[in-house]
Amino acid sequence: MQLALRLARRAGVFLVSLLGASLLIFLVTNALPGDVAQVLLGTDATPEALAELRAQLGLDQPLAVRYLQWLGGLIVGDFGSSHLNGQPVLGLLAPRLAVTLWLVLFGVLGSLLIAVPAGMVAALKRRSWPGFTISAAAQVGMAIPVFWGGIMLVLVFAVWLHWLPANGYVPLLRDPAQWASHLVLPALTLAGVQAAVLIRYVRSAFLEVLNEDYYRTARAIGWTPMRALLRHGMRNAAISLVTVLGLQVSSVLVGAIVVESVFTLPGLGTLLITAVGQRDLLVVQGTVMFLVLAVLLISALVDLSYLLIDPRQRTAGGAR
Amino acid sequence: MSLLDVRDLQVDFGRRHIPAVRGVNFSLDAGQRLGVIGESGSGKTVTALAVMGLLPENAHVAGSVVLDGQQIVGLAERGLARLRGNTVSMVFQEPMTALDPTMRVGRQVAEVLRLHQGAESGPARERVVAMLAEVGLSDADRIADAYPHQLSGGQRQRVVLAMALINSPSLVICDEPTTALDVTVQALVLAKLDEVLDASGAACLFISHDLAVVSQVCDQVLVMLDGRIVESGTVEKLFTAPEHPYTRGLVATARLDLTVPGQRLPTVDDFYAGGDHG
Repeated sequence: MQLALRLARRAGVFLVSLLGASLLIFLVTNALPGDVAQVLLGTDATPEALAELRAQLGLDQPLAVRYLQWLGGLIVGDFGSSHLNGQPVLGLLAPRLAVTLWLVLFGVLGSLLIAVPAGMVAALKRRSWPGFTISAAAQVGMAIPVFWGGIMLVLVFAVWLHWLPANGYVPLLRDPAQWASHLVLPALTLAGVQAAVLIRYVRSAFLEVLNEDYYRTARAIGWTPMRALLRHGMRNAAISLVTVLGLQVSSVLVGAIVVESVFTLPGLGTLLITAVGQRDLLVVQGTVMFLVLAVLLISALVDLSYLLIDPRQRTAGGAR
Repeated sequence: MSLLDVRDLQVDFGRRHIPAVRGVNFSLDAGQRLGVIGESGSGKTVTALAVMGLLPENAHVAGSVVLDGQQIVGLAERGLARLRGNTVSMVFQEPMTALDPTMRVGRQVAEVLRLHQGAESGPARERVVAMLAEVGLSDADRIADAYPHQLSGGQRQRVVLAMALINSPSLVICDEPTTALDVTVQALVLAKLDEVLDASGAACLFISHDLAVVSQVCDQVLVMLDGRIVESGTVEKLFTAPEHPYTRGLVATARLDLTVPGQRLPTVDDFYAGGDHG
């Protein structure tokens, strides 16, 4: 019963946040100086021609009307069409969404694969050189900007070693091998930068576990330190790590947008940057709306994942 | 040869070598129960952790601790891990936090079995439930499937006790096992501890600040003060003829039946105001 209430409340928060985000996105994009009519007709267009085009595109309507029209469309799944070329926004988004999803998925998985073992060792060996080395490397990694990290990887693995392509993208269904080889460097860039941030959180989460009584119990029944951490530390550390991961989602998406432009991947990021430049507002709004949806969905999933990880979060009656 | 032989044990901590235990000697025969009494900071827990080889990394240990013919001081982690939970086990003070909150308690008890005996999960489950029943948990089958937060403090401490006893160790170290429990539960858990120790024939090193609690479980007692043993002997001798002024103070505070109503209660300081204690 309590669980159902909790789920319902979470769904409510999700919907309200989404609505608020749509309003904010609409207002901010419409506050941008310049408009798509200017872009289409060029700087030497007459004011009359501009006004006519604006009327044709519906841009002369009051803000509130345009917001409600857009919102109404969203609810029934219609994101509108690009002012620039008349293509439906959803059609523009779909193929690019896949690119960004792969990038983010592998980036996050990669960062976890790097940060969890490294953070564990950093916590366990905090008084000796492996711990120092990992902490220092994480500090340096945090100072490296995403784009520079990407360029360095391209330099080494594409330009010097010729192991991997420097940029571009091939859809999974067309050629899986090519698809994978094009994703390695972008995902690695994103993973490396995220891992540098995550290592510190993983380290402190495991340091906390090292001070817990149940860790001492685990040692007292005969686990070696590393095994005690794996067996009894992982799940307990995950409770705080999942929170951090949820908070990191937006920075991962920002990172993905930068990585996409470094590697010229046709993802949401490149679409967004082009659309902003061309003041193609419906495309901008649609893309940002998708990104917001992703962030909100993930933070909702984070909330629910506590139920899976931590039995204390389930109510006393329903735990058996 | 005795089961546990501690010779000139010295422990200090950190770069400044702050001493915690300064030259402790005692030995314990198989099946014997030895109480260690002292206030916090007297070095009793540090002594126990030294026997487990569980001291923190910044501890420096000197002297000798021989358990079951094996030197513990300087033994590598792998060798220590093999002894812990099997030859020697430990019951800690805080039952509320000593168990992993994310794992069912039955699995945590079974883990001790599996870790040292490689038992299969079927028979392990049976032995776990039997052990939980033996430490006095009624409805042991249901409790094995519970998470720690669903149990009371007394129940949790019994689970910890089951973990400490399931491999029939030769030595069980109890560090203030009942201090965190309320008095009625304390008496029940102590009686059960007494019973299961009798049944298994394990020796026990029982650490407490409470002379009354120690006298319920142990025959022999050590009194520790500032990292040294100041007095040792049988429980009766300690109660009837305490030698060291600090021990006299302890006995006086434990014998509340001798106090006169209306009079101020005795404190240890009335008898012993030594060293850095006010």
